[in-house]
Amino acid sequence: MDKSYNAVMSRKNEIMKKALGIDYEKYKISDISFDYEMMMDDVGYSINEIADIQKQSKVGNTPLYYLSNVTKLIRKYSPKGKGAKIYLKDEAANASGSFKARRASLSVYEAFKRGYKGVIAATSGNYGAAVASQAAMRGLKCIIIQEVFDSKYVGQPEIVEKSRICDAMGAEVIMSSVGPELFYSLLSALEDTGYFNASLYTPYSIAGIETLGWEVINQIRKLEGRDPDYIVVTHAGGGNITGTARGVLKYKLEFKPHNNTEFVACSVDLSGLHMASDIDFNKKSFTTGHTGFGVPFAQWPDRADTPRNAARPLRYMDKYLTVTQGEVFYATEMLAALEGIERGPAGNTSLAGAINLAMNLDQDAIVVVQETEYTGAGKHPQAQLSFAEKNGIKILRGNPEDCINGKTIVLPRNLSDFQYKEIDLKKLKMSYLENLVANFPKVKMLEEDFEFLSNDINEETKWIKETIFNILSEHKNGK
Amino acid sequence: MVKKGEWVKIEKIILKPEERTAKIPEETKKVPYVVHINGFLQEDAELGDEVTIVSRIGRTHKGKLIEEKPSFKHNFGDFVPQLVDISIELKKELEEINKIK
Repeated sequence: MDKSYNAVMSRKNEIMKKALGIDYEKYKISDISFDYEMMMDDVGYSINEIADIQKQSKVGNTPLYYLSNVTKLIRKYSPKGKGAKIYLKDEAANASGSFKARRASLSVYEAFKRGYKGVIAATSGNYGAAVASQAAMRGLKCIIIQEVFDSKYVGQPEIVEKSRICDAMGAEVIMSSVGPELFYSLLSALEDTGYFNASLYTPYSIAGIETLGWEVINQIRKLEGRDPDYIVVTHAGGGNITGTARGVLKYKLEFKPHNNTEFVACSVDLSGLHMASDIDFNKKSFTTGHTGFGVPFAQWPDRADTPRNAARPLRYMDKYLTVTQGEVFYATEMLAALEGIERGPAGNTSLAGAINLAMNLDQDAIVVVQETEYTGAGKHPQAQLSFAEKNGIKILRGNPEDCINGKTIVLPRNLSDFQYKEIDLKKLKMSYLENLVANFPKVKMLEEDFEFLSNDINEETKWIKETIFNILSEHKNGK
Repeated sequence: MVKKGEWVKIEKIILKPEERTAKIPEETKKVPYVVHINGFLQEDAELGDEVTIVSRIGRTHKGKLIEEKPSFKHNFGDFVPQLVDISIELKKELEEINKIK
């Protein structure tokens, strides 16, 4: 068989169909729209059944901690009477050390049940460890494909650690240089082995996270007798906020809803650094949870390695905050110094956003930070900051706003220096619609398409129609 | 010479610079797209030779032998003074808050 790059890429659709075992055609309504809820329902397990499957494989039921010292410190810097309570869901307690174990658990279980001999995932994040860990438990073979090093063979300490943990769990790790051609490596391995594509973006992966949202509400009601006002979610590909929100909404539907809960996405701002650049690759201190994934995946979820992406963040996102690398490192240090728990930096992105958010809320408000990740060699502020320094990045103390990505990392002087930026959701939604027009230039839109879009970006049909009209007229005018 | 059966790392060039067509920055286009895989060497060889390995899950791969007994050498990095400062400052702040109350 011709295994050249072009030959394998041309067989993309057939390879994916075989490797996912999901007939996406079934959910198709038109070229544009599909039945998202039907696709999610076809996962076929209730939340309780998912929780049982996860329990078998050391996933879920993670602790929810009240961060009393962090809350005290936030109140020191808050206006009088302000400073919400901060709770932290310690997802590092899952089998592979992050919430990604939830995503992998159902996918690997499904692969096992359907008789696949192994699973494959292309990811440089914690998801690789999660798939490798779940595969180890289910007795399946595992291949993880990761973008690890630049053209000088230098790898980010955080990613090198992720290679190590996959290796430790018994996976074959295909470590690649920088580039989106990673996708070729994924397709090629799927074709060679016939293994299951444990993609981050299947309905199984998203349904697996629903238990997280469910647990948060269940736990917080026992502790506080009400629902959180905000749940802050580290945002990259969109799965975390989608799955968490779905779990929360399912809980509120089954038991009666209390007060409203808003879903806040939070990413590390890496603007100015190109995700596919061989030079910028090692100038980033964060390899996940950043705007390089968070923004494009919100603007167009169907850029994933599945025909339709089950992670659809704009459906659920009420706010989207960005924080700087320096703020996240400071928050990580704070968690260790004040709360006695040392966790990996990337997972603390949402904690950094929550600090500033809590400062402007009443003291009886509740903010839940819904994840942590394990720490260790490489995944540690000292490892990442000293690596940054070696790559010519200056480490400073001061106002994080003054940082220049790729040149400086500015660690706050104290909590008063924390200041998230908010991304305008309307602008994100406009970009989504621009992508829609670009992807389907000649398609005549039907009423059901507008209904789909209205759900998919959580907007009024009227605004969507006007915006698309404006985009089309700009195109006509040659803009 | 590297002995048959040794745990080694190979490099496979998937795309030469001129074959890279994806929308990527110029600096990335100038270099090949390569992958590294670890496994057991199937024949005695020298570094730089084209060899065959069997990975830990039993798959066979061919590529250039680039490392003998590869291991992970990442660590906790060098001393970063700012982190110690931040930790001490935060503990002091908490102590003061607790004194007031």
